[in-house]
Amino acid sequence: MGLNEQQIERYSRQIILEEVGGTGQEKLLCSKVLIVGAGGLGAPAGLYLAAAGVGTIGIVDSDKVDLSNLQRQIIHHTGDVGTEKVDSAKAKIQAINPDVTVQTYQSRLTAENISEIIRQYDFVIDGTDNFASKFLINDACYFEKKAFSHAGILRFDGQLITVLPGETTCYRCIFRSPPPAGVVPSCSEAGVLGVLAGVIGLLQATEAMKYLLGIGELLTNTLLVYNALEMEFYKAKLDRNPDCPLCGSSPTITELKDEQQPVCDLKED
Amino acid sequence: MNIVVNGEQVNCDDDLTVSKLLIEQKVKMPEMVSVEINGKILKRTEFEQTLLKDDDKVEFLYFMGGGRWA
Repeated sequence: MGLNEQQIERYSRQIILEEVGGTGQEKLLCSKVLIVGAGGLGAPAGLYLAAAGVGTIGIVDSDKVDLSNLQRQIIHHTGDVGTEKVDSAKAKIQAINPDVTVQTYQSRLTAENISEIIRQYDFVIDGTDNFASKFLINDACYFEKKAFSHAGILRFDGQLITVLPGETTCYRCIFRSPPPAGVVPSCSEAGVLGVLAGVIGLLQATEAMKYLLGIGELLTNTLLVYNALEMEFYKAKLDRNPDCPLCGSSPTITELKDEQQPVCDLKED
Repeated sequence: MNIVVNGEQVNCDDDLTVSKLLIEQKVKMPEMVSVEINGKILKRTEFEQTLLKDDDKVEFLYFMGGGRWA
């Protein structure tokens, strides 16, 4: 495709890196990343991937911007309260970088619609906040053989892992199925330090860029656990699980289905 | 014997099962935790009878969601 003069200047600090170069920048501009959830994790990831020149960014979210989101979901501004998150996110991304094409999906991902959407992308960032979605993304990415970054945050802790489905440890290798309803607190219940979303969301974006560029070592077969209070990063090495119900030797999950939402649904924040 | 739990050295009694370790480590909600020993994920049904050995590397892996239930 070739870079124009403006692009060469815009991306100069990145092009100058030997591991990226003009070829890498062109790769990024031709790449497509899907961000599921324009929330705490998706906001910083979306902004930085847009700035970096990832050519197509898809954003999935069914919610509207709420005042209580703004403490960490930095893609949304005060004036956006009450508007659709996908529209708010799209406007900021386009303001940062007009090179980026933004596809919005103002819906919740389900077993019916997820495969068709993720099929169009090179890499998926799971920035969702609930276990049903996390398992659905893991399973759909497995069936579509789509690389993705999983992450979760709560209070002062965060964790993430990159999954190359069928090749490396998946979310179900570690956690077979969602926890019992009401056992795991949500951020609205337990709280979350705003900056934590930035730290973990940007680690996910870093993994996306490395994957798209084909550089470095991906965070596969390893759960990176971060604690902000101790300022500690810890890597738990995890082998693939032969008993994994999805990618193990005798799988019991052979088609996509929605996990049950917890019965005691808490009000959304 | 000595084992390593989430990167930290822990001195514990011999004949310690994973179930007992969860109690000793004051894990409040064991249903939230996956346990891995030396790189292998354990089945939940194996917690009771699995004995820890000297130098085992144990990881407690917690469920972590995000902003809210959706």
